[in-house]
Amino acid sequence: MDFSVIANNFSFLISQGLLGFGKFTGGTLRLAIPAIILGFILGIFIGLGRLARSGWVRVPATAYVEFFRGVPLVMVIFWFWFVIPVLLGVPLPEYTVALAAFVVFEAAYLGEIIRAGIQSVPRGQVEAATATGLTSVQTMRHIILPQALKNMIPALVTQFIVLFKDTSLASIIGYVDLTKAAQIVNNREIRPFELYLFIAMVYWLCTYGMSRYARYLERRLSHA
Amino acid sequence: MQNAIDHIVCGAAICKFYTDETLFTVIEFQHVNKWYGSLHVLRDIQLKIERGEVVVVCGPSGSGKSTLIRCINRLEPIQSGEILVDGRQLSDPRLDLRALRTEIGFVFQQFNLYPHMTALHNITLAPMKVKGLARAEAEKFALALLERVGMQDKAGAYPANLSGGQQQRVAIARALAMQPKIMLFDEPTSALDPEMINEVLEVMTNLAKEGMTMAVVTHEMGFARQVAHRVIFMDEGQLIEQESPETFFKAPKSPRTKLFLSKILSH
Ligand SMILES: Nc1ncnc2c1ncn2[C@@H]1O[C@H](COP(=O)(O)OP(=O)(O)O)[C@@H](O)[C@H]1O
Ligand SMILES: [Mg+2]
Repeated sequence: MDFSVIANNFSFLISQGLLGFGKFTGGTLRLAIPAIILGFILGIFIGLGRLARSGWVRVPATAYVEFFRGVPLVMVIFWFWFVIPVLLGVPLPEYTVALAAFVVFEAAYLGEIIRAGIQSVPRGQVEAATATGLTSVQTMRHIILPQALKNMIPALVTQFIVLFKDTSLASIIGYVDLTKAAQIVNNREIRPFELYLFIAMVYWLCTYGMSRYARYLERRLSHA
Repeated sequence: MQNAIDHIVCGAAICKFYTDETLFTVIEFQHVNKWYGSLHVLRDIQLKIERGEVVVVCGPSGSGKSTLIRCINRLEPIQSGEILVDGRQLSDPRLDLRALRTEIGFVFQQFNLYPHMTALHNITLAPMKVKGLARAEAEKFALALLERVGMQDKAGAYPANLSGGQQQRVAIARALAMQPKIMLFDEPTSALDPEMINEVLEVMTNLAKEGMTMAVVTHEMGFARQVAHRVIFMDEGQLIEQESPETFFKAPKSPRTKLFLSKILSH
């Protein structure tokens, strides 16, 4: 075992692989963070759409969820990489493809979590808000979503962790994330044990940080 | 002290004069029918509630009492007939339903306080969002309301840290924050431990003395006797009996009312 391989390639692994600064398009966090944020925002619309009274909104939202939950993520990435550019008539850069694929795919899962969270808020809360004259948008914003989000935190964080780890799949279109960076170094140095142990530790630290933060949030938001 | 009492007595007298002399119907049910699927929950309801009147509604569980008062602010739609609030038809498509709802306070059996907000914030939310009051102004009014329900010390408390009786008093303050003309109560003390019932009834009694128009679904017959102007007995979706409390308790006409009273007054 010789961990000098880590020390020698530390800046490549971390700044290129994890953060995305470097000569290649890449970065695990550079992909994961915007994907989580945008996927969550799209997920709110999908989740609300699933609960809409109008079939014109509900049916497409349901179809969206059922469709993207039923296909593998790798396939979605390939579509964005091979099919969408043909349809649009312009090639898309790796980063755009990877981000779009993750946002679109994850929004289906996040939408379901958000729908369940919204449904977990007792009906009486909506009635109380309605009875004081709040609009349905105000009720959603001030009464339902804050309570729903708190109930959703555990499921959301699990999904964020899955998304975070799944970003390694972006390497199939040449995106240099942490896993791909380790692979590049390994091809040159042939130190798989040390390299993959190291990146496993980096992944673990990031996800553990996320779950600790979630626990902190949950505690801070509970007024019991 | 004497001055204060004079003031209250005088206030009550004016109020009484007002309600007696200017009878004005604020809630009117005209042949109202409602179904849940095939279940006929409200059957040809005809009812008038005057300004300043306190009406107690009682009846067996499942008889449609909650449905009856929930129709008044259209938490539940009706299928036939008409409901008028302050002369406005609820079926009118041009009706500003939200504005109407701000004129009607509703108090729920399960309180339904917002658990993620303090007592104060529970009260200020609607005045700020619906009426557009500034925070400082809304909070000042909310604190005055909390004082009125004896909860001024708990402004910063979250509902989970309040007893049932305290939560219900905050819920009443929240309903009052929109300065409603009508207050509706759906079994406000049914979810409370016995020792907390009186603190809530006291707040309601004071409201009634101030001349608030109130429709109260309750089985608190002491409250009905002392505070109500009229007691309504409901069974299987029908209004069986509407009487003054004296007549209602001493000489109920319908055998169903007698049976019901014998059940609830025996324990
Ligand atoms: N949302 C609903 N859907 C279907 N049935 C309902 C609903 N709400 C109430 N009911 C039924 O309507 C009847 C009257 O209910 P309710 O007005 O709550 O009675 P009460 O308040 O007198 O106990 C009951 O049989 C009840 O089961
Ligand atoms: Mg009821």
